[in-house]
Amino acid sequence: MASSHGAPPVFNNKVIAWIDHRLPIFSYIEKEYHTFPTPRNFNYFWNFGAIATVMLVLMIATGVVLATNYQPNAELAFASVERIMRDVPSGWLIRYLHMNGASFFFIAVYIHIFRGLYYGSYKAPRELLWMLGVVILLLMMATAFMGYVLPWGQMSFWGATVITNLFSAIPVVGDSIVTWLWGGFAVDNPTLNRFFALHYLLPFIIVAVVALHVVALHVHGSNNPLGIDPKGPQDTVPFHPYYTMKDGFGVVCFLIVYAAFVFFMPNSLGDVANYIPANPMVTPNEIVPEWYFLPFYAILRAIPDKLGGVLCMFGAIAVLFVLPWLDTSRVRSCSFRPIYKWFVLLLVADVIVLGICGAHPPEGWYVPAARLATVYYFFHFLILLPVLGKIERPLPLPSSIAEAVLKKKAG
Amino acid sequence: MSIKLSTQRLILAGAAALALSVVGTVATAAEDMPALPQHDWSFKGPFGTYDRAAAQRGFQVYKEVCSACHSLDLLYYRNLTELGLTEDQVKAIAADVQVPDINDDGQPIERPGRPSDHFKKPFPNEAAAAAANGGKAPPDLSVIVKAREGGPNYVYGILTGYVPYDKLTPEQIKEFNVSKDDNFNLYFLGHRIAMPQPLDDNKVTYVDGTKATLPQEASDVVTFLAWASEPHLEARNRTGVRVILFLLVMAGLMYATKRAIWADKH
Amino acid sequence: MASSSIPAGAHGDPTRRDFLMVATGAMGAVGAIAVAWPFINNLNPAADTLALSSIEVDVKAIAVGQAITVKWRGKPVFIRHRTKEEITEAEDVKLSELPDPETDNARVTDLAKKVRPEWLIVVGVCTHLGCVPLGNKPGDPRGEYGGWFCPCHGSQYDTSGRIRKGPAPKNLAVPGYLFTTDTLVRIG
Repeated sequence: MASSHGAPPVFNNKVIAWIDHRLPIFSYIEKEYHTFPTPRNFNYFWNFGAIATVMLVLMIATGVVLATNYQPNAELAFASVERIMRDVPSGWLIRYLHMNGASFFFIAVYIHIFRGLYYGSYKAPRELLWMLGVVILLLMMATAFMGYVLPWGQMSFWGATVITNLFSAIPVVGDSIVTWLWGGFAVDNPTLNRFFALHYLLPFIIVAVVALHVVALHVHGSNNPLGIDPKGPQDTVPFHPYYTMKDGFGVVCFLIVYAAFVFFMPNSLGDVANYIPANPMVTPNEIVPEWYFLPFYAILRAIPDKLGGVLCMFGAIAVLFVLPWLDTSRVRSCSFRPIYKWFVLLLVADVIVLGICGAHPPEGWYVPAARLATVYYFFHFLILLPVLGKIERPLPLPSSIAEAVLKKKAG
Repeated sequence: MSIKLSTQRLILAGAAALALSVVGTVATAAEDMPALPQHDWSFKGPFGTYDRAAAQRGFQVYKEVCSACHSLDLLYYRNLTELGLTEDQVKAIAADVQVPDINDDGQPIERPGRPSDHFKKPFPNEAAAAAANGGKAPPDLSVIVKAREGGPNYVYGILTGYVPYDKLTPEQIKEFNVSKDDNFNLYFLGHRIAMPQPLDDNKVTYVDGTKATLPQEASDVVTFLAWASEPHLEARNRTGVRVILFLLVMAGLMYATKRAIWADKH
Repeated sequence: MASSSIPAGAHGDPTRRDFLMVATGAMGAVGAIAVAWPFINNLNPAADTLALSSIEVDVKAIAVGQAITVKWRGKPVFIRHRTKEEITEAEDVKLSELPDPETDNARVTDLAKKVRPEWLIVVGVCTHLGCVPLGNKPGDPRGEYGGWFCPCHGSQYDTSGRIRKGPAPKNLAVPGYLFTTDTLVRIG
């Protein structure tokens, strides 16, 4: 069946054949989503690309509908969100879907990134695929940050103030840049207006980059848990129905957890202070970003120098861009890297520690913990990864995917 | 491939992601504050509903006590029908207040309220509210239950947490720098709260004959304010139960289909 | 759809598999429709809009021969306190002369079926292309039939708000209204 890949499909339906002859969208779908040969040994981690795509579509759909009732005006924004919650038909549902959807989009993407890290999906020939993914992450962060400002609650306002002020760390032109970002001398109505415009725009740019991400993916096909390339039809299955159905199952399982949050604890992932209307005269006792930014926020605060903190925070993501060249191992999957495997898990623990530190005021043992975790984060990527790849002795790789699958089945 | 192993990994990763998310919410637990009273609210949990009688009594407490200082900006009088009041009752409640308007000749006038009007504010603006209350405007109560850590338990704690000056220990007076004119509240950060004790036994006379003790008044008004914060909670719970059941069946069906499709590949 | 590309017998029991595929597809379709509903419903008028969909007007102050304009659902509504002559004029017209035949009586009946010929309440939107006709203010031209005159394309309405001349096809619409007292009318 996989051998049909490459041969142009024949459509019996005359209309479809007519269109396809002029604009080969049906051939494309057939080739890339139907017969596309996909490694037969994916585990459930490989569902998270599809899950993230579903979340992106859901965020855009709910977002567009919310925008039909939202007022990007400092005087009206808070009340307009509450009007959506109270008076607009199904408004509470759409708003909670969007609000919690941001968190669950990040959960899906973070697991997707972990999958890439653990199984070495960033390694040749998939470096650009990985880098496009990092671009998507950056765009998501910008979108989420600006979206969080829109309800114009206390945390919206002060989050916007603190994060935009990061740019004042840039020598010489920093203050001018901040004024330019704000469109004024403080976060105010012009800031809210432009954040709304950009929050509406960026998701469509994300869609475009996701399209490139998928095109890049389909050049060499997916990586797999063994990290070895398929050698023939016995190693692959057609994408449809094998992975469409498996992805569908994964998506529904993910939606169950998501729905539990949306319907039964919709505010548990957010900060209560965002239900207090923005007040430029009073700062909340503690400014905490949304959970998905906490590790980066902890890195920012761990560095006692303003510019240094900002550079390290952006560096924490920038380092991901060069990850494919930092990893010197010839083996992709951590399943065959007996030492590095544990360091990847340690990195996950490290990021969780950073997250916990980011959630607490920088005092007591949180300060040394955050510093230590920051040091490990960069040590992991910049030193451990290049060095370990040279000295680690990988386990023997199976000769093919099919062989490994059959062996597992037998034993 | 092994479903078992990969499922285990999935659960681990999910737990990690969720752990990360929970961290954000437990971030602000003040160290030396007493634990909030835990009340068994009618609206708790996935099957919770608002106790209409309690919420109606709570509205009476709000109207007769709280509304002297606290606005409820996001509510309309018409919303009260959701608490079980009839349209005529709501009309009468609205008509009881004079709301500012502008007549056909452009002159500012006052007219009797209508159900489509917002709840009347006690003060024309925030500055006036602050000026009348010793410099700090009493917060709007529309979403107060969602805007405080601890939610309904916090608001209940504040309403019932006052300790008179002569009942305070010398240590408390010293530590929190309390003077005779201060209001001491167990659950308020810093304990000295600007609001004098608002509720007490028999502060209102309930129309339904319920005995108006302090805890009764407090839990009633918190039920009312919880409804004001989240008026669609019941619809949300109902929809949620249906959605989750649907998704569970869907997941089961998809798993079976997936197994059938993969039967020859395992 | 899927089974076409999979060799028969390749996946265990094909009957069971096909049944599961169809059941999953059907359930997915139901789910998709259920998800679509809140998005569509979201664009319906909100509760605050609906709360203003009926208004109460006190007509006590309108003198005989005078008219007022009130805003209802974003549109002007004309309330005219008609004179005896205007009423007679409206009642005496033969239906056969009207482009949109309707008796005057039918146009001054409220929702409780009570006829009040002195009060004419119509939506002030010309049935041609949606302009607001003149004739409500004392100095306005009222056209040849003493009612309203639309300046956009010259439609002329009589003292019952019925179209008499010009391009408009229909009479001015009468909104549902109810006199709750002799001087208080609820529109909508």
